[in-house]
Amino acid sequence: MSPAQPAGSRPAAVFTVTFDGLPIAASPGQTVAAALWTAGVTAWRGTRGGGRPRGVFCGIGVCFDCLVTVNGRPNQRACLVPLRPGDVIRTQEGTGHEDG
Amino acid sequence: MAERTRLAVVGAGPAGLAGALAAAARGVRVTLVDAAEQAGGQFFRRPAEAFAARRPPAPHPREHTWERLRDALDRYRAAGTVTHLTEHHVWCVERLPASRGFAVHALCGPAQEEGVTVRADAVLLATGGYERVLPFPGWTLPGVVTAGGAQAVLKGQLVLPGRTVVVAGTGPLLLPVAAGLAEAGARVAALVESAGPRALLRRAPALAGQPGKVAEGVHYAARLLRYGVRPLARHTVVEAHGADRLEAVTVAALDRGGRLAPGTARRVRCDALAVGHGLLPHTDLAETLGCALSGTDVRVDTEQRTDVPGVWAAGETTGVGGADLALAEGHIAGRSIAARLRGTAPDPRAWAVADRARTRLRAFAAALDAVYAPPSDWVDRMTDDTTVCRCEEVGAGRVREAVGALGAGDARSVKLLTRAGMGWCQGRMCGPAVAGLTGCPLTPGRRPFARPVPLGVLAGLPEPRPD
Ligand SMILES: Cc1cc2nc3c(=O)[nH]c(=O)nc-3n(C[C@H](O)[C@@H](O)[C@H](O)COP(=O)(O)OP(=O)(O)OC[C@H]3O[C@@H](n4cnc5c(N)ncnc54)[C@H](O)[C@@H]3O)c2cc1C
Ligand code: FES
Repeated sequence: MSPAQPAGSRPAAVFTVTFDGLPIAASPGQTVAAALWTAGVTAWRGTRGGGRPRGVFCGIGVCFDCLVTVNGRPNQRACLVPLRPGDVIRTQEGTGHEDG
Repeated sequence: MAERTRLAVVGAGPAGLAGALAAAARGVRVTLVDAAEQAGGQFFRRPAEAFAARRPPAPHPREHTWERLRDALDRYRAAGTVTHLTEHHVWCVERLPASRGFAVHALCGPAQEEGVTVRADAVLLATGGYERVLPFPGWTLPGVVTAGGAQAVLKGQLVLPGRTVVVAGTGPLLLPVAAGLAEAGARVAALVESAGPRALLRRAPALAGQPGKVAEGVHYAARLLRYGVRPLARHTVVEAHGADRLEAVTVAALDRGGRLAPGTARRVRCDALAVGHGLLPHTDLAETLGCALSGTDVRVDTEQRTDVPGVWAAGETTGVGGADLALAEGHIAGRSIAARLRGTAPDPRAWAVADRARTRLRAFAAALDAVYAPPSDWVDRMTDDTTVCRCEEVGAGRVREAVGALGAGDARSVKLLTRAGMGWCQGRMCGPAVAGLTGCPLTPGRRPFARPVPLGVLAGLPEPRPD
């Protein structure tokens, strides 16, 4: 069961975004983190030092563990940023900049 | 240019809403500024608007209170008394020279790179709190989330952190979080609370003074029983296991002294762990303004005034005590502000009901605080390679070395020597662990800004004009 059922939610038209080149489904109002969780993805960052996988931790924009690259822009908090049709999400390695 | 208002309220949770509404009801022009998409804060968080959800994913204990607040906010917005700026992240509240009031600086836009400034004669800080999580081996694995975070993503985004969830830590938040997850379809494999039932009994008199609040806890426990979940009191999660994501946790019992009881460890399979050890107040905006703190809380007087003229504070910012306390404090702040902006002293008898609630709920919060304690040996159980600072990847061993061999005596020296606390979160996540390892009380972080600020926004600020 999805929590959307008890909430009686009927999201408007579903659209597609990509994560590391693969299409995933998203809906208006959904954050990057929620769409990735729904697609079964829990990690989308490799840490700068140890290259360790990270995803959501605090869920409310405080910890910055969920940083991700959206449309070429690194360091976006996946738990806050809402998705738009066609968004290109990429795993962020290190600082997300080439020289990082 | 900058919008001008009488009162700027930062935070649209229970405290900020109650404050904005009480002031607006007395004719004050209010601008409510909040980082979220909708009003409600943590307690009244709703599914994203575009989801067109008819109700929260699990029954809300205070649905009627929410409807009353929401309807009043809608009315004042329609009348133009209250302006609600959503998705505005305030990074600094600045006191302008020569009593010209305050400038509330916020970031908005999808990448939070646009600067917006609101000018106001008075400010109410109602920024709530965030969760404290004490590190243990494996806590950085994907799938380990904060208890409140699991709740927030569920309430706001209608998605679960995993199929099989362990809820663990300590504090009154664990019960509603576990109940919410179970009702939304997760299998709650265990609810692990480090406090023991005896501690609850010892505090019985103070707790009995709040039968309603105790009943709330009993109510959640009963809801959990329907899903076959019995809280494991005086237990703790010792370690989280997995290669690239969480696969299981080790749970063990604690003895009377709060230490690990030998021979009690067992493994519980799960793909998510929702863990928390209580809340800490957000105080950065108040600190930048120069407001005095007491301990980790913004200090306020009986009218909820800070010691900086023109700045009020209410809710978890002034000490963690739950949504009802936040509502009472916000209401008192709003009434005080309305009177003070008119240049009159308020009559405290006008808010006697809220005042009594505040007194009772503060006593209740203090009693809970004594009941819900993390395991006494949590510091020793961080192995040297347990990450303490998640941002800068600093292990407990390096902090111990800084404290032992290098003689660091406080969090600041540890930070300079190890980089713990220098990353994106500005030490919010590692603060309690660094304090524990250093043997110092947790002190607020002295962050210049509440949010990382793009240089372009800083450069675009107008120079303060002398007048
Ligand atoms: C993640 C989390 C989940 C929680 N879930 C529950 C729960 O399910 N049940 C429960 O009983 N209690 C919960 N709590 C406890 C919560 O603190 C409540 O007691 C209550 O919501 C506190 O009310 P408040 O108004 O003081 O703060 P909050 O409700 O936290 O409201 C603060 C508001 O300020 C905004 N804000 C903060 N900083 C800024 C800034 N710099 N700029 C702009 N806006 C800002 C936030 O977006 C938020 O809307 C939770 C706490 C946390 C941290
Ligand atoms: S999960 Fe903490 S900032 Fe996004």
